[in-house]
Amino acid sequence: MSASTPSTSKLETEIHAGFIPLTDCAPLVMVSELGLDRAAGFKLHLHREVSWANIRDKVDVGLFDCAHMLAPLPLAAQLGIGRATQELIAPVALSLNGNTITVSTQLFNDMTAADPGATAQGGMSGAKALAAVVKQRAGEGARPLAFGIVFPFSCHNYDLRAWLASAGVDPDNDVNLVVIPPPLISESLKAGRVEGFCAGEPWGSVAVADGSGVIIATKAQLWRNSPEKVLGVRSLWADRHPDLMDELVRALVQAGQWLDEPGNRLAAAGILADPRYIGVSKERLEPGLALESITFHGHGATRPRLAHAIWILTQMIRWGQAREPFDIARTAASVYRADLYARAMAASGPPAVDTAEVLMPENPARFFGGAEFDPANPLASLSDRRLRASGVDVGRFKQLTP
Amino acid sequence: MRPGTGLRLAANCCSSERTLTSSDETLTGHSTSDLDLNILVIDEDPVRRAILEAGLREAGFTKVTMLGNTIGLVAQIYALDPDVILVDLENPSRDELEQMFQVSRTVRRPIAMFVEKSDKDTIEAAIDAGVSAYIVDGLKKERVRPILEMTISRFRAFDRLRSELEETKSALRDRKVIEKAKGILMKSRGLDEDAAYALLRKTAMTQGKRLSDVAEGLISAFDLLKE
Repeated sequence: MSASTPSTSKLETEIHAGFIPLTDCAPLVMVSELGLDRAAGFKLHLHREVSWANIRDKVDVGLFDCAHMLAPLPLAAQLGIGRATQELIAPVALSLNGNTITVSTQLFNDMTAADPGATAQGGMSGAKALAAVVKQRAGEGARPLAFGIVFPFSCHNYDLRAWLASAGVDPDNDVNLVVIPPPLISESLKAGRVEGFCAGEPWGSVAVADGSGVIIATKAQLWRNSPEKVLGVRSLWADRHPDLMDELVRALVQAGQWLDEPGNRLAAAGILADPRYIGVSKERLEPGLALESITFHGHGATRPRLAHAIWILTQMIRWGQAREPFDIARTAASVYRADLYARAMAASGPPAVDTAEVLMPENPARFFGGAEFDPANPLASLSDRRLRASGVDVGRFKQLTP
Repeated sequence: MRPGTGLRLAANCCSSERTLTSSDETLTGHSTSDLDLNILVIDEDPVRRAILEAGLREAGFTKVTMLGNTIGLVAQIYALDPDVILVDLENPSRDELEQMFQVSRTVRRPIAMFVEKSDKDTIEAAIDAGVSAYIVDGLKKERVRPILEMTISRFRAFDRLRSELEETKSALRDRKVIEKAKGILMKSRGLDEDAAYALLRKTAMTQGKRLSDVAEGLISAFDLLKE
């Protein structure tokens, strides 16, 4: 199709997107590999990047029109705290769940010795065992444990912090959180530079397969159907190319649908194993592509949910990343463009997916072990001083949120 | 790419000795010479690193430190106290570096990314060329622009060099493949070298293919028939 397209309009139908080698880049890869782009009359060019900073900068200067992004990235850009200068929007989400908290074999053994029951149970309980080890080490005057996260503005950072805080571990003072890019994170665990990490698949499974780590909690255990990646788009580009934007949203939803067909997950692993995409063997990609680990379409996975954005923005306040007062609900709505999603999906006939805003959390018991969060009153979740970074003035934000 | 020439030129305008500048001077922007700016380059590619170092020294910068890996970087940055840090975009440790610039107490002065909206073109050119720059807070961007411009042009020169090398390599591969195909034709059809080459060329032209592709096809077909 592209060969017959006249060269003048060719540029108008080409989309450049960046991605990081992670299992959840799958929807973008499938749009290209399944030819969903050509079927819809555009060409998607994919660019593999090594760091989230590259993704941010290349979208910022316009080398990319859009990218596979950590859900907090466009929100941080909107608040002016992520070094980005251009406005970004998220008109479609790429996946739910998919992360793991992985600890080194040594730390796992220490946790088992400290609290065998909680360690064996894993998930939220795992944090209790870790807290026991942290306390023990502090008593012995040992160096604080180091944990890798992939980026400051990431759900991994917020998940790990919430997990630690739930057991009384202060993520800023009791442990040392360091940023490590995803492709280097399991290697860092192996080399002993960190004792654990929170990262997207396949990196937890890679650590398990090479014998250096144990997955102590999956994201689905911490918070079932939780936000992870979105398509971050230059706001300017979306304004200038409304039709192309709609086509891309629809193609990504179709890719998600294909990926959620149980029979297609193995084929997806085979495609993603290619060095142009993730470059990790099919076998190591399979655990992270199990239906219970990651969702690409079910549970309204592709819809940008305001409640998710509100939770993320609240975490930025909670951990002292956002210090200047802002309107939480308005910021969420200006980035998570559910309206653009609805526009794209309406054009494809009656909605194939549930477009209603869902209550969050859907199941309180599967939300950080029963933690409370009300998107209509998000700051209430920060009232407990022990559950936020020291020096955070929640009162400054209250006045702006109705 | 002849670093030697540049080094001699640089020696004319500045002493190669390290001179100490107080950090107050740098912060107020009244440094006697921008050539005294402390520059740290982090690039894993040894060739590009050498090209960039030569460029910076040719331009007269004397305080240039080149690093090939990021192990023990915190201590290095503390010891060097750089005014400008240049990092190649292929370096996967960029996210780690940024976090360190933001929070680490071991970095004496806050380090910001070179993102002034007024200088958007330079930033775009840098990202496009594959390099990112970080500067200490308070340092005027005008003082850093020549460094960045030099870096961008050297990164581009390196890219050209790399693609030329790629082309040379593939030309060499093509030549080997064509030689082998010629040999097959000479043996199996009793042709002389010129006739074998002419046949390959004619086939390529009638099929609208590259000569090396026709040669490659012939070799693999020949291998199949042999077995």
